[in-house]
Amino acid sequence: MFRNVKELVSIATEANITVSEVMIRQEMEQYERSREDIFTQMDRNLTVMEKAVERGIHEDVKSVSGLTGGDGKKLYEYIRSQDSLSGTLMLEAVAKAMATNEVNAAMGTICATPTAGSAGVVPGVLFTIKNKLQPTREQMIRFLFTSGAFGFIIANNASISGAAGGCQAEVGSATGMAAAAVVEMAGGTPQQSAEAMAIALKNMLGLVCDPVAGLVEVPCVKRNAFGASNAIVAADLALAGITSRIPCDEVIDAMFRIGETMPSTLRETGEGGLAATPTGRRYQELIFGSTGKKV
Amino acid sequence: MKYRSVFDIIGPVMIGPSSSHTAGAARIGLVARQLFQKQPAWVTFHLYGSFAKTYQGHGTDVALVGGVLGFDTFDTRITDALTIAEKKGIKVAFCEEEAQTEHPNTVKVRLGDDDDQLELVGISIGGGKVEIKELNGFALRLSGNHPAILVVHNDRYGAIASVSAKLAQYELNIGHMEVSRKEVGKEALMVIEVDQNIEDHILKEIESLDQIRKVTKIHE
Repeated sequence: MFRNVKELVSIATEANITVSEVMIRQEMEQYERSREDIFTQMDRNLTVMEKAVERGIHEDVKSVSGLTGGDGKKLYEYIRSQDSLSGTLMLEAVAKAMATNEVNAAMGTICATPTAGSAGVVPGVLFTIKNKLQPTREQMIRFLFTSGAFGFIIANNASISGAAGGCQAEVGSATGMAAAAVVEMAGGTPQQSAEAMAIALKNMLGLVCDPVAGLVEVPCVKRNAFGASNAIVAADLALAGITSRIPCDEVIDAMFRIGETMPSTLRETGEGGLAATPTGRRYQELIFGSTGKKV
Repeated sequence: MKYRSVFDIIGPVMIGPSSSHTAGAARIGLVARQLFQKQPAWVTFHLYGSFAKTYQGHGTDVALVGGVLGFDTFDTRITDALTIAEKKGIKVAFCEEEAQTEHPNTVKVRLGDDDDQLELVGISIGGGKVEIKELNGFALRLSGNHPAILVVHNDRYGAIASVSAKLAQYELNIGHMEVSRKEVGKEALMVIEVDQNIEDHILKEIESLDQIRKVTKIHE
């Protein structure tokens, strides 16, 4: 069983297999399950993601609080009706990431990747890169195994919980996972996947978890948007041969230690950051009343 | 290693909005229901840390109750759990606790009816994964990811050996096992995680062994 990125990359490189294949073999061995069985389960997760993306970009999704919904759809319509500045691929990933998180905020069905609050990044990137790279269904499922392999390392060595490590642990992890998976799908090496993850995660370090009114909506939806765009940029950097001066495992370790020293007001308590701004507090009161109870 | 499966990371499929506060909460509620083995007449949730601060916004309340009703993380009935519980006549209460706990997402679930009561402490560690830390005052570590049985027994020699011998007889492999007791010679608890599901007749056989009081099954 691989415990860190260094081990994961060396297992893949020595056996001349992909990161997704290392993850698949480990899962088969660990749980004595067949390859077919594992693929079927991941295929189901992929279908859930696809449905959430489609729902978010085509339907008028509104959260229970009314704080979020419809922005993914709005952006998707924008890139279809005019020439955007950032380009269609980039903004489509952003739109789909937001769409997924809007469905999540509306208590719709999603697949956590690695969490619900960060569930937009991986599918947003995957269902956009798909149009560019034209992968097979198997390659799309492998994208999720590669994401999972890197997420697995972060979860075991740092955290994927906003309450424990802030938003860097959620959207940050998702961004690194997606970046690494794009590299594999685009034909990069396992080491390049590790570089992409390091580069992506480095740019998410210190990100706090400060949900307005304690809801997974503001700023979560838009943080997923930027997670998706960061992931694609980081993948391109790695594919260009650019490396991270700080090795991936040390970036993960830094993320863990930053999370440990983050005050609890900035770890999913809804007490600090954007949640504590005058407008943030106003929303809190509007939704839950001055007693703090749901109205 | 807290996380062992790729599906802990890519998954679970769930009703939003938060894997730790919604899916994890549903799973803790579901374990409580499976341990109690029937619909309770009342349930009280004591919430700590981030759970206490944000439980309504994250749907933690509906998820916990949904779990107690037997709904899994992806069950869309979760959103209506409070209404469903009310219709079934289950009394539900939430208490926000000030005390600091080791983990920021901690909940103590107390539930019961006229005959029985149960108390468990669960934590939601992220991505929908949970651990059960305490059951009726016994400290334990239960991931909820594997089929498991809980055996309440008298704290006497031979009790543990007889249970493991019975599992061996049916070729059931033990993946993780814990034994704890509150006082020497009194009530004790065995938690056994196994690789396969255990059939009911085997549980009955274990329950009929000397020194064994009660056997409960939990599985995914």
